[in-house]
Amino acid sequence: MAMREPTIFECGAPQRGASDQWPTPAPDAMADIPPRLRRERRPRLPEASELDVVRHFTRLSQRNFCIDTHFYPLGSCTMKYNPKACNQYAMLPEFLGRHPLAPVASSQGMLRCLHELQEILKSVTGMSAVSLVPMAGAQGEFAGVSMIRAYHRARGDLGRDEIVVPEAAHGTNPATATMCGYRVREIPVNADGDVDLAALRAAVGPRTAGIMLTNPSTLGVFERHIVEIEQIVHGAGGLLYYDGANLNAILGRVRPGDMGFDVIHMNLHKTFSTPHGGGGPGAGAVGVSNRLAPFLPIPIVGEDDGRYRWLDEHDLPQTIGRLSTFMGNVGVLLRAYIYVRMLGRDGMRAVADHATLNANYLCARLAALGFDPAYPSRRASHEFLITLKRQARLYEITAMDVAKRLLDLGFHAPTTYFPLIVPECLLIEPTETESKATLDAFVDAMARILAEMQSDRERLKSAPHTMPVRRLDDVRAAKQLDLTWPGAPAAAESAGA
Amino acid sequence: MAFIPHTRADVEEMLAAIGVPSLDALFDEIPAPLRAAELTGVPTALNEMQIGRLMRERAAQDGTPLCFIGAGAYEHHVPAAVWAITTRGEFYTAYTPYQAEASQGTLQLLYEFQTMIAALTGMEVSNASLYDGASATGEACLMAVRANRKSTSRRILVPATLHPRYREVAHAIAGQQGLAFDPVPYDPAHGTIALAALDAAAAAGDVTALVVQQPNFFGGFEDVDALTDWAHAHDALLIAVVNPIALGVLRAPGDWGQRGADIVVGEGQPLGVPLSSGGPYFGFMTTRKEFVRHMPGRIVGRTLDAAGQEGYTLTLQAREQHIRRAKATSNICTNQGLLVTAATIYLSLMGAEGLERTAAAAHARTRELRAALVRIPGVRGAFDGPFFHETVLRLDRPVAPVLAALAAQGILGGYDLAHDYPELAPAMLVCATETKTDADIERFATALERILTQAPHAAANT
Repeated sequence: MAMREPTIFECGAPQRGASDQWPTPAPDAMADIPPRLRRERRPRLPEASELDVVRHFTRLSQRNFCIDTHFYPLGSCTMKYNPKACNQYAMLPEFLGRHPLAPVASSQGMLRCLHELQEILKSVTGMSAVSLVPMAGAQGEFAGVSMIRAYHRARGDLGRDEIVVPEAAHGTNPATATMCGYRVREIPVNADGDVDLAALRAAVGPRTAGIMLTNPSTLGVFERHIVEIEQIVHGAGGLLYYDGANLNAILGRVRPGDMGFDVIHMNLHKTFSTPHGGGGPGAGAVGVSNRLAPFLPIPIVGEDDGRYRWLDEHDLPQTIGRLSTFMGNVGVLLRAYIYVRMLGRDGMRAVADHATLNANYLCARLAALGFDPAYPSRRASHEFLITLKRQARLYEITAMDVAKRLLDLGFHAPTTYFPLIVPECLLIEPTETESKATLDAFVDAMARILAEMQSDRERLKSAPHTMPVRRLDDVRAAKQLDLTWPGAPAAAESAGA
Repeated sequence: MAFIPHTRADVEEMLAAIGVPSLDALFDEIPAPLRAAELTGVPTALNEMQIGRLMRERAAQDGTPLCFIGAGAYEHHVPAAVWAITTRGEFYTAYTPYQAEASQGTLQLLYEFQTMIAALTGMEVSNASLYDGASATGEACLMAVRANRKSTSRRILVPATLHPRYREVAHAIAGQQGLAFDPVPYDPAHGTIALAALDAAAAAGDVTALVVQQPNFFGGFEDVDALTDWAHAHDALLIAVVNPIALGVLRAPGDWGQRGADIVVGEGQPLGVPLSSGGPYFGFMTTRKEFVRHMPGRIVGRTLDAAGQEGYTLTLQAREQHIRRAKATSNICTNQGLLVTAATIYLSLMGAEGLERTAAAAHARTRELRAALVRIPGVRGAFDGPFFHETVLRLDRPVAPVLAALAAQGILGGYDLAHDYPELAPAMLVCATETKTDADIERFATALERILTQAPHAAANT
């Protein structure tokens, strides 16, 4: 496994190519294009046969951990099993071949799927209206905060220029507020992981546009004062934004709409099991209460008497507009639709129940081993935080060491060093699709690592040992930028280093 | 149910280990009045056989019409190897490569992608992708404001020949940070940016960037050398919006004018990504090395490991939201990894020659299509001059009923420009790619001629 895989530019040979794939244009095909507009030099692209290409990328694939091969308890990312049926039926040729500008008359099948998905998501979240447009969670956040802004402006309430964000929030929350032209006001959480209500009361006022909240929070606990928070923020004239990253924890158990949220984004690639694809595509559908419905991003699917059509700026003249060229990530939405139909009403609650069961079980077993939950007095949600602060002090190890050693032992690492307010932390989210046996094996690996802290520290500090590469030099990567293959023989490259 | 593997005995043992009597007890911190009732708005579950049947029926309802629409999404041949590899679980079900050592496959692939896109656009550095072409254009506008040290203006010139949806999306994404988007009209004879109009726009105040799409939304060629030099003479950055297949034959933005474009973005869909109703696609972005720290999105770098061997990792993360929070270059987290996987495999199979041939073949088909259609009475070209890959045709009557009649025969005849360019109406944008045959073009032409001759329109001669 440790052997270097050459770049695709080193596979193949000059003048070689997958020529079976190339069309044969007429010799004069380009005769009408003036030479000054034409390319003078061909770009340097691979010259490889089809088999060269297939082998190279198949070998690269084997250098990845993924859900299909490994337990992947990456906190806040909900790495659950992606059912194969979702992929197969979203990739039917008619769906793949449909042009985004095809008329609605020849798109009723696809539109009906999206409309039903909108309705199901409304029911699951308790919101009044849904737009499926945003192409990722971060874009859903952007849409949500843009709607908050549009709402205040439509009322002539122009003095509200601040968004309140708890300090434990995802980095996207403050980044989104900035993108929407807001100042960010961070507030602390208390020792039990709940928002500090006194700080919240002091922070809100006539400048408050809204608050962005994740519940259960990024600390892996349910925000118990949500009713008070709702009263404080609404009382100050602000709106409540729900970051749906952790929706998996509460499906069918409690709905953001019932908690008083005005706007929510859902990560369909988390809760609704669409594949993460090595970092996208996602889908970040947004749901809103009645007062924000006029501002939803377009297009939305409307229905009259069983006929489906796009609703656009003519139907929603106050819309925040378009966020993608066409209609967001329809292929992802179809996968989510198939998944929610397969879950059904009862499956929703079963997801939250077993995700929560798995997290609490794993937390209890790790605590019994001697690891420290960051919030020991609290019930875990679908994920939980372990802090290695004590072990770091006793054995001079870091959360990074533990993460890297887990790779050797056959597990993807949990999220590390997030949230920023808990030192040396691991955020662990097992998801509902993992069996007790898998969780027990993970506990065994953590027990072994705990033993190595005391008996074989060097092995831990220098992990990983079994991956295609050893620990990588990130500082060098940022200082000696190498972002494109320079074309020199690799041997000469590493000899010079 | 719900892909949950637990046996009843598992659940009992786990509850005992936690020390709670029931699953309900795990939710005891949720205030009682908030707890949800049954989700009556969600249908009961279907099994895989049932959902398969349902989806096949819905797909069949939409059928597979013969498509001559382009307008930002193009039907190209996708080699079977592309998605056979892309849908391997190791790519399909992995996440963002936070643990670099366990993600070398994805990381090396992204590095190879960055290399290919930089070469194709003639630029020095690339990111690992953005959401789509339109949102990438919006991000490029925000980036230009950060990167342009010569101008404190937040004004961006956005010509009417840029894809209308790109203009709308750029405004929605960047407008809230105080950017002003000023339109530039096109020359009605050629369907390209009027240089005189640019000078008029510049006279109204400083400009931080000019956006130029090549080929433009109408399929026409902008004078990219003159436009690039014009931008630089006015201390503005030049943002190029390009079609990656067209770059197989057209001059790379890095070679435009005296100094080349500054930021290059585009829609990656033509590179092996199916039409899929508009997404998921991916946006690409390349730039000069000096601007790399202003770039949004993930970037992969090659480095060394503890044993001195080469390896790949996410780099320049100090620009990003999870580190910089409110001061990040963008709120973007993901790239479009899976689509980039497809595009990287596609570009590897096509190589420079395959890409060149694909572009030429697509163009040849559009020329043939145009020639076949303008022979029909009541159809003519809208603009003078060369075009690439797609073109605007004017009809002698409103387009919508004609397109509806064609659709009823299983032909998607083009994109009606009445909404976006009412001054051109009745006009439509048509496109043929290398996937179309002589018979396809003849079928379209025959159907169109029959519609235009059999149902002479009262509003003819407009």
